[in-house]
Amino acid sequence: MNIAASNADAADYVAAQQIAAGALPAAGTPWLDASRDKAKVILADVGLPTTRLEDWKYTNTRSITRTKFDPVLRSESWSETAVIEQLKVPELKSHRLVFADGIFVSELSSDADLPRGVRVMSMAQLLQSEPEYLKSALGSALPESPHGFTAMNSSFISDGAFVEIGAEVMLDKPIELLFVSACSGKDRLGLPRNLVLCRSGSSATVVERYLSATKSRSLTNVVTEVVLDDSASLNHYRVVDESADSFHVGGLFVQQDQSSRLDACSVVVGGGLVRNDVLVNLNAPGAAVDLTGLYLGRGRSHIDNHTHVVHHTPDGTSREHYKGILDDRSRAVFHGRITVESGAQQTDSEQSNHNLLLSRDAEVDTKPQLEIYADDVKCAHGVTVGQLDDKAVFYLRARGVGEDEARKMLTLAFAADVLAKIEQPALKGYLERCVSDLLSSITHTS
Amino acid sequence: MLSVTNLDVAVNGGMILNELNLEVQAGEVHAIMGPNGSGKSTFANVLAGHPGYEVTAGSVIYEGQDLLQMDPEERARRGVFLAFQYPVEIPGVSNVYLLKAAVNEIRKHRGESELDAVKFLKLVREKLKLVDMKEEFLHRAINEGFSGGEKKRNEIFQMAMLEPKLAILDETDSGLDIDALKVVAQGVNELRDSSRSIVMVTHYQRLLDYIVPDYVHVLAGGRVVKSGGKELALELEEHGYGWIEGQTAELLETRA
Ligand SMILES: Nc1ncnc2c1ncn2[C@@H]1O[C@H](COP(=O)(O)OP(=O)(O)O)[C@@H](O)[C@H]1O
Ligand SMILES: [Mg+2]
Repeated sequence: MNIAASNADAADYVAAQQIAAGALPAAGTPWLDASRDKAKVILADVGLPTTRLEDWKYTNTRSITRTKFDPVLRSESWSETAVIEQLKVPELKSHRLVFADGIFVSELSSDADLPRGVRVMSMAQLLQSEPEYLKSALGSALPESPHGFTAMNSSFISDGAFVEIGAEVMLDKPIELLFVSACSGKDRLGLPRNLVLCRSGSSATVVERYLSATKSRSLTNVVTEVVLDDSASLNHYRVVDESADSFHVGGLFVQQDQSSRLDACSVVVGGGLVRNDVLVNLNAPGAAVDLTGLYLGRGRSHIDNHTHVVHHTPDGTSREHYKGILDDRSRAVFHGRITVESGAQQTDSEQSNHNLLLSRDAEVDTKPQLEIYADDVKCAHGVTVGQLDDKAVFYLRARGVGEDEARKMLTLAFAADVLAKIEQPALKGYLERCVSDLLSSITHTS
Repeated sequence: MLSVTNLDVAVNGGMILNELNLEVQAGEVHAIMGPNGSGKSTFANVLAGHPGYEVTAGSVIYEGQDLLQMDPEERARRGVFLAFQYPVEIPGVSNVYLLKAAVNEIRKHRGESELDAVKFLKLVREKLKLVDMKEEFLHRAINEGFSGGEKKRNEIFQMAMLEPKLAILDETDSGLDIDALKVVAQGVNELRDSSRSIVMVTHYQRLLDYIVPDYVHVLAGGRVVKSGGKELALELEEHGYGWIEGQTAELLETRA
């Protein structure tokens, strides 16, 4: 039976956790031991997801579970300066932390000159030095019933980034978290666990980038929790650009207090199988969230975005606009769920998912899901799946633009409004290059 | 310049143009008139290389070469320009981006180097003035949210930028007020010289007061049923298309 099979898939990781538990950072801290242990029990219980689960219906994890990945839990002294130089975004001035297979590499990081009230550091270091500081926040934004991958991450919590923006601090320079996978050999599993705390009235930008050092097969299973106190605002970017042989399962789980604002932008340009789960809880009046996403599939890549925004209280605003461009035999899944609880009057919510299929073999499954229990709300959603407009292609060709170039122009134009929202010019330039590089491999003539 | 011989065109299996003939010499302006549905846009689109139309017989020779063998972009690079009856809106691509790409493609085809930014801007400003458009317009997406008149002006602006040898205007005058019509006419007249040709599809005689054609052809039922000088347009204006259709019926009867 499938359920049994999924439990069997999880068993290796449960066993690995049992062996590693005593040596994980801050092991022996009672609340942390209990929390890791609880997560391990959930993992053993629910197993790794299969297509029998509604939320995984279109995403088969067989390609992941057929390999037994080896969790990386401590530093393996990986420090390839040349690789980092290559992966850097030119012109992007940032406070940068680098992680190799999920483990902090201090030699490659540049967290100097942080203003007062801002902490950016390795999660492992903080766990070792001040575990109590994390007690109330760590795990506070997780979904009630996490899936097996999230449980796995929680059972191993070892390293990742800890970011805290103090009250009223306005941090201009972005914090860049660079996660490099496939650093040390084949079939490694990175389990970064990040926590971003934005204290009241603060404002900051956090950029998470996931890249591969080599083309070796790897699995990244990351969880980022974000807590926004009242009137805090955060620009969050997550860019996944790993190799075609890599797997990436990522969670972004957010708690928002009164009048806080989150602008989260997810861009997936590379990776064999990428699954992103986003959960945003708007917990107090006036909270606002804006989720944008862009995913580009080629080859046989599979990209799955599952998002859930929950309006718990009145006067919340949510915006969600995801766009996908799919070429070759790639496949995408979008599931955008919006819940408006009965007390959440005057909710203003808008959601869209537009997809551009560049090849006949590309496929997308898209599903908006509105659950509205309040009566005075404004909710709109729209979904499209289409091809390039032939009339527009002809118009450009009639002006002398070659057919491939015309298609590329129109494809970039499709992504333009997502990219236009990115405020950091260096980051915007980088993402535009990611998109256009990918498109230069497109030479369809339908 | 352009020699169209016995051209038959079908769309989705239905014949639209039948044995159409047209000779255009360098420096000439030809007006093609005709009732709605007579095949004017079809003809214009076929000349520009629209892949949706199937040429089932006949030939089109442009500057001594088989035009029908060329991709639309190659035609454009060799100097063919179609001002569309219904220009499409292209969100996300700015006017200036397309113009730069188009100008440079054409220059590349001629073996010329790319225009540098300063020269390009100078050219753009000069042509904008010609069609009485503001510079901010350059950065708007192609035709997105433009009024009907603005779209037509934009076509003329592009034409002025690209300086085609054979310009085909498909009802560029329709829906324009008199001021806009004058602007369009000025753009076209500016282009007029002994080395260029213009084929002007129009429904109304009005435009021909401002752009005086050398020849007028009347298209009905997919073929040229009458050709003449500019006075033919006036006759049409006076008698209406019914007059021509009556004559066509006679013509077909005598043939049968
Ligand atoms: N893409 C098409 N599919 C089917 N019929 C078409 C298409 N384009 C044009 N037609 C038909 O061909 C005829 C000529 O159309 P058109 O060339 O647009 O005429 P005009 O420009 O003179 O008004 C019309 O009967 C029209 O319905
Ligand atoms: Mg027409």
